[in-house]
Amino acid sequence: MSAKLEALSHNLQKHLGDRVKSLKVALGEVTIEVDAADYLDVMQALRDQPELSFEELIDLCGVDYSTYGNVQRVGGRFAVVSHLLSISHNWRLRVRCFAMDDNFPSLPSVTSVWSSVNWFEREVFDLLGIVFPGHNDLRRILTDYGFVGHPFRKDFPISGYVEMRYDPEQQRVIYQPVTIEPREVTPRIVREATYGNV
Amino acid sequence: MPELRNFTLNFGPQHPAAHGVLRMVLELDGEVVMRADPHIGLLHRATEKLAENKTWIQSLPYMDRLDYVSMMCNEHAYCLAVEKLLQIEVPLRAQYIRVMFDEITRILNHLLWVGCHGLDVGAMTMVLYAFREREDLVDAYEAVSGARMHAAYYRPGGVYRDLPDRLPQYQESKWKSAAQIKPFNEARSGSLLDFLDDFVGRFPKLLDEYETLLTDNRIWKQRLVNVGIVSPERALQRGFSGPMLRGSGIAWDLRKKQPYEVYDRLDFDIPVGVSGDSYDRYLVRMEEMRQSNRIVRQCIDWLRQNPGPVMSDNHKVAPPDREAMKSNMEELIHHFKLCTEGIHVPEGEAYSAVEHPKGEFGIYLLSDGANKPYRLKIRAPGYVHLSAMDEMVRGHMLADVVTIIGSQDVVFGEIDR
Repeated sequence: MSAKLEALSHNLQKHLGDRVKSLKVALGEVTIEVDAADYLDVMQALRDQPELSFEELIDLCGVDYSTYGNVQRVGGRFAVVSHLLSISHNWRLRVRCFAMDDNFPSLPSVTSVWSSVNWFEREVFDLLGIVFPGHNDLRRILTDYGFVGHPFRKDFPISGYVEMRYDPEQQRVIYQPVTIEPREVTPRIVREATYGNV
Repeated sequence: MPELRNFTLNFGPQHPAAHGVLRMVLELDGEVVMRADPHIGLLHRATEKLAENKTWIQSLPYMDRLDYVSMMCNEHAYCLAVEKLLQIEVPLRAQYIRVMFDEITRILNHLLWVGCHGLDVGAMTMVLYAFREREDLVDAYEAVSGARMHAAYYRPGGVYRDLPDRLPQYQESKWKSAAQIKPFNEARSGSLLDFLDDFVGRFPKLLDEYETLLTDNRIWKQRLVNVGIVSPERALQRGFSGPMLRGSGIAWDLRKKQPYEVYDRLDFDIPVGVSGDSYDRYLVRMEEMRQSNRIVRQCIDWLRQNPGPVMSDNHKVAPPDREAMKSNMEELIHHFKLCTEGIHVPEGEAYSAVEHPKGEFGIYLLSDGANKPYRLKIRAPGYVHLSAMDEMVRGHMLADVVTIIGSQDVVFGEIDR
């Protein structure tokens, strides 16, 4: 672990204390996990604490862990992963926070901390259906007007449910159930760790 | 007294100045924009969802189609992320080739940008000149990969193949005689490096030509100066990166600050703006082209002197040599496994970012050890920049909206993904 990452991990422990549920350093990147209850506080501290000072939120995305590793999971289906960047210290951090309820996932919005997160949270809401209380404009963003469902959930088929075409009889564009069969050319395989001696 | 109401105007999605399929709902008070609400997603193809259903190598060509103006830079971020997860080394020559093509891509992107931006705000000639130079660079793309746009040239482990020793020539036809095509073929008579060497030799002069047309042009300055000012504090709050951040006066460039590949061995400067308006961003991008030109020249010199492999010899990742495959059982098995099942990437997560011509382009990969990514997230710079549209256009005139869209350099392939 380089000196820089060590300093960052040290500062994280120092300022966030036991609000950091886990801290992992892998592949030259630091990842912390926080509880949904502490999420907003932690994010605020990450930006404002001069020894951390993450001025920029680079990215925020949602992950649906339901089929991770091809095994059935219990609890903690949805997580939000954000990537922070500090311009002054030149370091990065990944923050992961699991939403409590699988049926109605919800996490506080961090729009008050970084304005850049606005569209990212809209995107997560649109694609995965995680709601962000405190976000003042939580509309769909990438999918079509009037779209139903959250397409990036693992139980949403890749071909979707409806398709659109022009109907010459009704002389308008109509939606109908998809006519294509979903097919998988290369199956998804998870090999054991020692497979092929790599 | 009649009741006065703000006027709502629908801008796009088929507006030529919208740079693709941007639909904006503008609330106007007279000619002053009070609020802008960009509606995006008209080009949404769910690239990230598709990638979850494709092997690691199959989703690479999708990267070209994100920002379809700077194709190879997108591939670069993806390859870096996969290589980080696999923890493999890329041969040095491949790193130099990647850097050279990243910078060629930057010039390609900025040329298209200056042409289209000029077109939007009334400098019609620019696009003709810019496309003249782009032609040579897309020829370089074609020479290495066979495609002028969607190259799929970078691969996890290196690049697809080494630089070619000869380029296709213009042929004599009933419209062009041998004497007429001779000057066209002069620069093409040698290798690709000779061709690029000729290009970097004449490009600074051409840039001077563009600058004579624009930089001190009264109309150009009237349209750009003091339009869309972003303060450094707001730029950080808004998550800006690349020329948008540097235009606001923050000297942040991943090539210098978090160097990847061989950028730490190369000599180049980072231009920084002062006032954070559209004109400063224009100046930053023009200077970036000069710096890219410098980098390409340094790469050409290095590549001439240092032949070597361009692809990792780890055959769990990179396919083996075609010849060897036909005579050797081991290689045949590797090839078969790679083409049917694909790479197996160890469990873990990685985020890799490159200094894309538009800003920080990042790929976040989450792998559960399968032959397909578990989750891929594309961090597109244009998405973040466009989200600041409302803040940037507030209080400006309707015509300035076009300038601001242009100066953000948005491309919908990457925004809508």
